[in-house]
Amino acid sequence: MNLEYGPEYEDFRAEVIDFCKEYEGISFENTSSKNVSRSEWQKILIEKGFIARAIPKEYGGFGGETDIIKSRIIATEFSKAKIPGGMGGQGIDMLVPTLLEWGTEEQKQQYIQPTLHGEMIWCQGYSEPNAGSDLASLQTKGELKDGNWVINGQKIWTSTAQYSQMMFCLVRTEPQAPKHSGISFILIPMDTPGIEIRPLVDMTLNAGFNEVFFTDVTVPEGNIVGKRGDGWSVANSVLGHERGSLADPNATMNRLNTLINMMKEETIDGRRLIDIPSYRDRLMQVQGKVMANQAHSLRLLSSKINPGQNVKLGGMIQKLVGTELRHEMEALAIDVLGEIGTLYEETPRLKENGSFQFHYMYFLGLIIGGGTNQIQKNIISERGLGMPKEPKVQEAS
Amino acid sequence: MYFGLSEEQNQFQDYVKKFLSDNVSVDEIRKIANGDDQKLHDDIKSGLMNLGLSSLLIPENYGGLGGDLLSAVSISQGLGTGVGPISFAGSYVMTPIALSLGGNDDQKDKYLPKIASNEIKFGVGLSEYVAAREDSGIELNKGKASGKALFVIDGDDADFFILSDKGGTMFIVDKNDKGLEVIQLTTVDKTRLYLELNLKNVKAEVLQETENNPFIIQKVIDAGRIILSADSLGASETMIEKAVSYAKERKQFNRVIGSFQAVKHMCAEMAADLEPCYAMLWQAAHSFDHDPDEARLQACQAKSHIAEVAKMVSKKATEVHGGMGFTDLLGLHYWFKRIGLNRQILGGPELVREEAAELQGFNQ
Repeated sequence: MNLEYGPEYEDFRAEVIDFCKEYEGISFENTSSKNVSRSEWQKILIEKGFIARAIPKEYGGFGGETDIIKSRIIATEFSKAKIPGGMGGQGIDMLVPTLLEWGTEEQKQQYIQPTLHGEMIWCQGYSEPNAGSDLASLQTKGELKDGNWVINGQKIWTSTAQYSQMMFCLVRTEPQAPKHSGISFILIPMDTPGIEIRPLVDMTLNAGFNEVFFTDVTVPEGNIVGKRGDGWSVANSVLGHERGSLADPNATMNRLNTLINMMKEETIDGRRLIDIPSYRDRLMQVQGKVMANQAHSLRLLSSKINPGQNVKLGGMIQKLVGTELRHEMEALAIDVLGEIGTLYEETPRLKENGSFQFHYMYFLGLIIGGGTNQIQKNIISERGLGMPKEPKVQEAS
Repeated sequence: MYFGLSEEQNQFQDYVKKFLSDNVSVDEIRKIANGDDQKLHDDIKSGLMNLGLSSLLIPENYGGLGGDLLSAVSISQGLGTGVGPISFAGSYVMTPIALSLGGNDDQKDKYLPKIASNEIKFGVGLSEYVAAREDSGIELNKGKASGKALFVIDGDDADFFILSDKGGTMFIVDKNDKGLEVIQLTTVDKTRLYLELNLKNVKAEVLQETENNPFIIQKVIDAGRIILSADSLGASETMIEKAVSYAKERKQFNRVIGSFQAVKHMCAEMAADLEPCYAMLWQAAHSFDHDPDEARLQACQAKSHIAEVAKMVSKKATEVHGGMGFTDLLGLHYWFKRIGLNRQILGGPELVREEAAELQGFNQ
């Protein structure tokens, strides 16, 4: 056991801390004196090598080497100083790594830089009404006609579709092939005629998702990433990133601190919530889980920099454990607030902007999304514990 | 940066696991639990002692290996996997730490080398300091101790006991003292022995540094809690392994039951909740060794959280075995009961969580 990162990294940490001091109180809102636009901030972070570290300069990245210890230091120090990180989203988190692995030179040149700089927003067209957990049974159809893909069908759960310039989409192009090998990964400009976006309001009352309908949507043949029928492999090469990132341990720790502070401030009959034994015990249980999770993320980090340290199962559990924990933590906040905890939207007496209710519901969404937690349990038991798959049921007609 | 057990610690743990899997099957455990074969029990004890367990935490200048708590954790995990029917947390972790931190030079000279060489053995009874149940509790008066100590651990073949008064002053008593009555308690866990001690004016050899310094007894209790948690972690690991392998073999409805999602999901839930416990435990031990500011909170939280996860695992793993899990025949209950004991010793989850809250100033 050695939890020291070494002098090189402590120098780097000092550099990050200085940077955080320099930009203390930075905001994207016009009202702030330290106002900066999101895309300006993005460029500053790339220039420092704090994000897009390992992406080559010619595609708009920093052009350095992947260094997950540095990434960890950045995440930790930014989180402590409440400095906003880089932009996320499907384009930066998922499409860019996919293109780096599978894209043609032309595609890399065309898409990576504007995506990294926040000038090109992407949405992900994977799920369909009849292809959720069983994603590979998707039916949106793509036919090659006169050098163009002509796409018809429907996607659902498409976050940010209404703000996106582009979609990366899984389309069935080889209807005769077995279901996993009949899919292609195609890039679609969202202003192409024939695309209709309908917002889908979720239980938080935000239109976080959309339905997207395609009627004879026509894009050039060259918009395919990878070969025809490779779409499943192309998509799966980065799916792991999403599952790992759904419940960031730094965010979880910050949230726990918010909960603790709230329990010290709010009272019942003049008594602090944290002084009520049953509430306090639940808080301590959640804290124990958060501490286990924090330690576990250090172990996973260690396994990435020390070849031979095997924590295969450890990586598979992150989405399941992390999302359930956040949901439980937000539920506790609501319970200790009692009736006050039910307040939502714009109302007198609202606490923390209603964020406890919002996250309580939002994390239920994440428990379901990104591969439901039941699917996660299948993955853990089959790939992690070597248990047999459910036998295939005869195709029902 | 490396977060985990070292190669050496893993190897040490593997020796313990291998010794137990080669020599201590469920049949042997049953014989020992029923008290049917003293020779077998003695052979197993000396076999494990030969691996160096007694000298692990004794400082090098007293003839020991000078190991740290994380090394002891790696051993305790190994012992837990095979419900090793042997003293460890009390005799070979809490005792050397209590003597090293709390003893004067004479006391260290007198006891530490002989513990390392396995010539003498200590049982430990600090439950009263954590939570005095019923009529337990000991008063120290002019070098004499009177009262009762409940739930002394590792008391089998003990020559001495380390006890404490309510203020955290620790002292040694000799098992041959005429004022000392030793009463054997029978718990559900028959892989280890638990005692009640009745003291009437027993000569108490006080560990001088512990007088008016509760920091030392707390440190000893932290270590005990971490080691007991490691034992539960190891026992849970085995229960999951047994459940998974049983589910891969047992057939119902013409399928192995491990292909049913109801069964698979129970196994996945056990694995998912247990996995972060390794890191939590190692971090707590590492803090004990290197980061005293964090150590107590981490020890309390590890004791609580691992006890809760282990309890869940012990229940679900038994359920996966169906009716067989409930039988004595399979012997799965030895692991179930071991987890049950570790949970209560030195503070059950609610008590240690309350301590964790106090440490952070949460209850005023």
